[in-house]
Amino acid sequence: MTQDDWLPTGSLEYLRQRARMLAAIRRFFDELEVLEVETPLLCHGIGTDPQLAFFSTEFCFHPNRQTLYLQTSPEFAMKRLLAAGYGSIYQICKAFRNGESGRFHNPEFTLLEWYRVGFDLFQLMAEIDRLIQVVAKPFKTLKQTHTVHYQEIFLKYTGLDPLTFSAYVYREFAERAGLPEAVSICENDHALWLDFLFSHCVQPHLGEDRLCMVYGFPACQSSLARLNADNPAITDRVEIFIDGVELGNGFYELCNADEQEARFDKEIDFRASNGLPPVDKDRRFLRALESGLPDCSGMAIGLDRLVMVMIGAESIEQVLAFSVDRA
Amino acid sequence: MATFSTNEFKAGLKVMLDGDPAAIIENEFVKPGKGQAFNRVKIRNLKTGRVIERTFKSGESLEGADVVDIEMQYLYNDGQFRHFMVPDTFEQYQADEKAVGDAGLWLKDQDMCTVTLWNDVPLSMMPANFVELAITETDPGVRGDTSGGGGKPAVLETGAVVRVPLFVQTGEVIKVDTRTGEYVSRVKE
Repeated sequence: MTQDDWLPTGSLEYLRQRARMLAAIRRFFDELEVLEVETPLLCHGIGTDPQLAFFSTEFCFHPNRQTLYLQTSPEFAMKRLLAAGYGSIYQICKAFRNGESGRFHNPEFTLLEWYRVGFDLFQLMAEIDRLIQVVAKPFKTLKQTHTVHYQEIFLKYTGLDPLTFSAYVYREFAERAGLPEAVSICENDHALWLDFLFSHCVQPHLGEDRLCMVYGFPACQSSLARLNADNPAITDRVEIFIDGVELGNGFYELCNADEQEARFDKEIDFRASNGLPPVDKDRRFLRALESGLPDCSGMAIGLDRLVMVMIGAESIEQVLAFSVDRA
Repeated sequence: MATFSTNEFKAGLKVMLDGDPAAIIENEFVKPGKGQAFNRVKIRNLKTGRVIERTFKSGESLEGADVVDIEMQYLYNDGQFRHFMVPDTFEQYQADEKAVGDAGLWLKDQDMCTVTLWNDVPLSMMPANFVELAITETDPGVRGDTSGGGGKPAVLETGAVVRVPLFVQTGEVIKVDTRTGEYVSRVKE
């Protein structure tokens, strides 16, 4: 610890820009009459996603003790509001992901998450574009938005078809591309290969001075998105990038409680067989889906990163008042 | 030796990679929002000096390498090995030409240099940034030239050849920047 470790990591100028951006986002949704909500950060249930590590704590209410979790995203709570008929909603809140720290990661970060009742993926994407243009205006001139299908962009930069997995062909590409370590890391895991190759070979090229929206992810990367009605090999999921930085994910939301529960079970099994902390399915969330989630699309954007790309910050700590090592 | 997890890969950390000692230069945490976390690491092989990029699954670990930099005094060359001594402990080390590398061009008896030891054996070394060496051979200069616009080659007592201004003569001592191999100035005895 040094003498000046009490000082903020973000400069006053950057925090002012950040505040300005938050205000612009709130204005954008207020004008659309999307309701701002606040859901609990401290929750009884947590996502089963094996890629997300969580923080947990004890709620001591004598004589009872209950494990509560710091949310990794407000998705479940917000979908419960949707199922209860509260209409289109947005939220700007903190989310927590354990074990994530780096130039683009802080374990406690700010999410903008919103849901639009009655929107399909393409309506959502049009709205994302409008929002980003509004937010970018005072900061950065963005070129025409680039909207591209996952399969097309993956093929462009790797020559590989992301929908058809061949360990041999993928391995050969990795060796040619100077990434031989991918072979032992990814083995025969298609989704892992896609993560590896996408983040190393594709993502750095996406959204140079513009917004880039990649949609139509392979079904093995569907998360909480529904499968495409015309092509079940892909999923109605969009991911957005500016200057090679991943900013957020959106889905045409999965409304089917049975399929959702099946995906949870699969992830719970994966956790068990890979020595990850066990989690219970969020029953309240599943009951909400059973009662009926309206057709909707939702998007989550990492606000710290959005501020970073807009003002050209090199590291996330520059746009936070205090990053985790000064918290 | 301890092992280090990807989160501990700070610049300067010495680890074993593919059987060779290596130093971490840069470590970037890469994580797709909905996917596996990786660490993209820039790392220098300390044997070959080559810098490579390598990706690790976050949480993987590497064994630490017993690599230390120690200031030593150069003693002498016995024809096969060069000999060095740690001034505080009088402990002596011998290094072959491979470990000495280009540093050999700048090593004069009694000079200090930084020796990198791997498992207590010299692996590489760095001479001081500036050394003072006598010229053993150079063409006679042109009278009246003081700027040294063109310069001429000069052989130093260690065998190194550097370009010096025309007015510098055989027998004089000069200061050389070992990082660039360039003449800096004459040294008044």
